[in-house]
Amino acid sequence: MAAQGEALTASGYIQHHLTNLAVGEGFWTWHIDSLLFSVGLGALFLWIFYKVGQKATVGVPGKLQCFVEILVEFVDGVVKESFHGRNPVIAPLGLTIFVWVFLMNTMDLIPVDFIPHAAAQMGVPYLKIVPTTDLNITLGLSLSVFFLIVYYSIKVKGIKGFTKELTLQPFNHWALIPINFVLESVTLIAKPISLALRLFGNLYAGELIFILIALLPWWSQFVLSVPWAIFHILVIVLQAFIFMMLTIVYLSMAHEDH
Amino acid sequence: MSINATLLGQAISFALFVWFCMKFVWPPLMNAIEERQKKIADGLADASRAEKDLVLAQAKAGEQLKAAKVQAADIIDAASKRRNQIVDEAKHEAEVERAKIIAQGQAEIEAERHRVKEELRKQLAVLAIAGAEKIIERSVDAKASADIIDKLVAEL
Repeated sequence: MAAQGEALTASGYIQHHLTNLAVGEGFWTWHIDSLLFSVGLGALFLWIFYKVGQKATVGVPGKLQCFVEILVEFVDGVVKESFHGRNPVIAPLGLTIFVWVFLMNTMDLIPVDFIPHAAAQMGVPYLKIVPTTDLNITLGLSLSVFFLIVYYSIKVKGIKGFTKELTLQPFNHWALIPINFVLESVTLIAKPISLALRLFGNLYAGELIFILIALLPWWSQFVLSVPWAIFHILVIVLQAFIFMMLTIVYLSMAHEDH
Repeated sequence: MSINATLLGQAISFALFVWFCMKFVWPPLMNAIEERQKKIADGLADASRAEKDLVLAQAKAGEQLKAAKVQAADIIDAASKRRNQIVDEAKHEAEVERAKIIAQGQAEIEAERHRVKEELRKQLAVLAIAGAEKIIERSVDAKASADIIDKLVAEL
């Protein structure tokens, strides 16, 4: 199943599958494939939900509307359960994260060579179709969440309150302010990092296993790839849910005044 | 694997998507869901109220049926009483009528009898006079004894 002439060895094949289609130099490198699939899937999700929302009836809903409403109600229920406050951003944010991350993860279930090979035929040298196996994508999401955490912390508690939270928290004594600050900063920074790495790690590992399975002879691949794909259905939903859930919990904590 | 500008692109598109979702996707869907929930709640409340109404209506109907039955029995009672009364009255009237008719008949018979008696008396007087005339034809002047005959007739 090796794709390119220059990458017929196993390590070359794996390396090829893990390389993004990139333009630019240094920091200003853009992973065209990750961005394209990520934005495309996000737009697909919003387009479908927008269409359904425009045609939504109060009476007996259609099947698609039912499906969309189940998702909306599910996210709304989770938000109502874990977020104690009034903020109209949280629930749509949760829905966007859940569905978008789920769709990006789902790309993992497409056989690893289908789209990259088709793209290679059209002259595209590299193509990574699962955006969530790109650390930049997951970090982009989690840093946005981090920004929201800081923004709402300051908005709800004020700069003074936020500073107090960072400096007077576990040990409420002026002498221990530096220690508190280090501890709380680590807690704060760990949130986006762990969010991004958890999603990235799960999906990257899953993708890698699919690539390794693709190295087997074609007639034996299904023995491993089918159970792994079925197991992976659980992983992609779970990871999307965890990302949404933790975002909601973190933002809920940001809204809590001590 | 390196951190690069892809991160910024993802963050920007994330912000736009969340904004779009919050503005155009969430409200219509949530409205539809909440409105339907309200509709269903109303429908359920209506249904339970209708059920209560039905029970009440059934009880009322049963009561009315019972009352109607009692009323019907009363009417039947009154009717049979009235019938007896009418029959009694008719009997009484008929008896009175009968007595009247009998009395009338007897009066007629009496009158007839009286008339016949008078007739007979007249005829008997004529016969008696005729007989007497025959007996005393020669000696008695009819004209002279006419007053006697009249007296006899009157006495008869």
